Amino acid sequence: MAKTALMTVLRRPATIRYPFEPAKKTDISRGHVVIDESRCISCSLCQKRCPAQAIVVLKDEKTWQIDRLRCVVCRACVDVCPVTCLFMDTQYTAPMTTRGVETVAITYVKPPKPEKPSATGEAQT
Amino acid sequence: MTRQIIIPFGPQHPVFPEPIHLDLVLEDEKVVDVIPSIGYIHRGFEKLVEKREFPDYVYIAERTCGICSFIHGMTYCQGIEQVMNIEVPERALFLRTIWSEYSRLHSHLLWLGCFADSFGFENLFMNAWRIRERILDVLEQTTGGRVIQGACKIGGVRLDIDNEKLGRMSNDLDSIREEIDVLTTIFLRDNSIKHRLKDIGVLQKADAYQMGAVGPVARASGLAIDIRKTGYAAYGKLDLEIATEHEGDSYARCVVRARELFTSIDLIKQAIRTIPDGPVDIKVTGAPDGEYFSRSEQPRGELIHYVKGNGTKFLVRARIRTPTLTNIPPLVKMLQGCELADVPVIVLSIDPCIGCAER
Repeated sequence: MAKTALMTVLRRPATIRYPFEPAKKTDISRGHVVIDESRCISCSLCQKRCPAQAIVVLKDEKTWQIDRLRCVVCRACVDVCPVTCLFMDTQYTAPMTTRGVETVAITYVKPPKPEKPSATGEAQT
Repeated sequence: MTRQIIIPFGPQHPVFPEPIHLDLVLEDEKVVDVIPSIGYIHRGFEKLVEKREFPDYVYIAERTCGICSFIHGMTYCQGIEQVMNIEVPERALFLRTIWSEYSRLHSHLLWLGCFADSFGFENLFMNAWRIRERILDVLEQTTGGRVIQGACKIGGVRLDIDNEKLGRMSNDLDSIREEIDVLTTIFLRDNSIKHRLKDIGVLQKADAYQMGAVGPVARASGLAIDIRKTGYAAYGKLDLEIATEHEGDSYARCVVRARELFTSIDLIKQAIRTIPDGPVDIKVTGAPDGEYFSRSEQPRGELIHYVKGNGTKFLVRARIRTPTLTNIPPLVKMLQGCELADVPVIVLSIDPCIGCAER
């Protein structure tokens, strides 16, 4: 025990001087969910899959809402998103003093359907 | 006859963050009877199964406990996989084993630290948690979460670890093993620790069996019970030696957990050596129709997840039986006849996790 105690006196501290030094993070750390609003197609799959019911997608109003205090950061929404517009950021969210939802306006515009080649006759001319 | 008095112990107690309440019936300083009561942090997890689809419930099952979270998720997945007859790929089973054993390492180191704190050895507490931090780093690097791993899903695991990383983990374990060796030597050799723990809270083998003790509590009383021996996940393919002691006192429980740290390291190294290549998950279609009792070995003992489905996406019933709940009757037996000053140490020696036990 004395040897360990002496060694720890001579070594650098095992702890990080947070917040002066940033906390340890890895590439796959689950911090918080971010959305690319320009690609979201309002399919609501993330809302359906969310085990904490933190996400609400309003199709008519074109908004994507998340309650950060409800979110359990499980990454289920990121896995299920069919257009991969959700990402997991490695940074934790800052502490909050009030409850509330974060609303993001979806800016995705559905591209117009390509015009079908018209029926018989024209193609041959 | 000496006058009996009742002293309340918990749910708030300096030694111990877990909210269990014990009414200690004392004659002078001697505890003659104990009346335990729980119910302070019930969260209704089992009812929630009716409101969430069965693949999403994995995340909820995992949040039952903040220490053995991975094993909870895995046991639930095993139950559903058995009901649905899903054959999980070999590599996924090995990865589950590796993460389970890392969870055990982290849980036992946490417990050794807390235990040292309970008998006033602050320095040892800090040292145990310093080593535990290295285990948590590995868990975060491989799963993305320090304590809630979220790596398990029905039909396999969500993340793969590449073989190069596995090799590095195996090498890291060698240096972790050296540090643990130094740490456990103090626990096993130090006279002040022996003096504090020997012959405190003795549980005889017959009592342990009769009262249904599980995990390290049973193993410290000489019962070689370990669900890992049933060969779930990849344990059937690994060489596992059960650590048992015969004294049944607090010191024996400490020794069992200290020895299990080395067993876990060996298991992880074996698993890394023999892990096959291949996919880590398979696609799951349909819904569970039937029921199953899924069992696994948590750091604290045998864990049971009961699942029952009726062919829809929502399960009808889920039931979780955690080892702490089973270890409360043996705890009462241990406490009878002890001194009041030894109560915190004895309660901590069963590694109580009331958060798990109440869900």
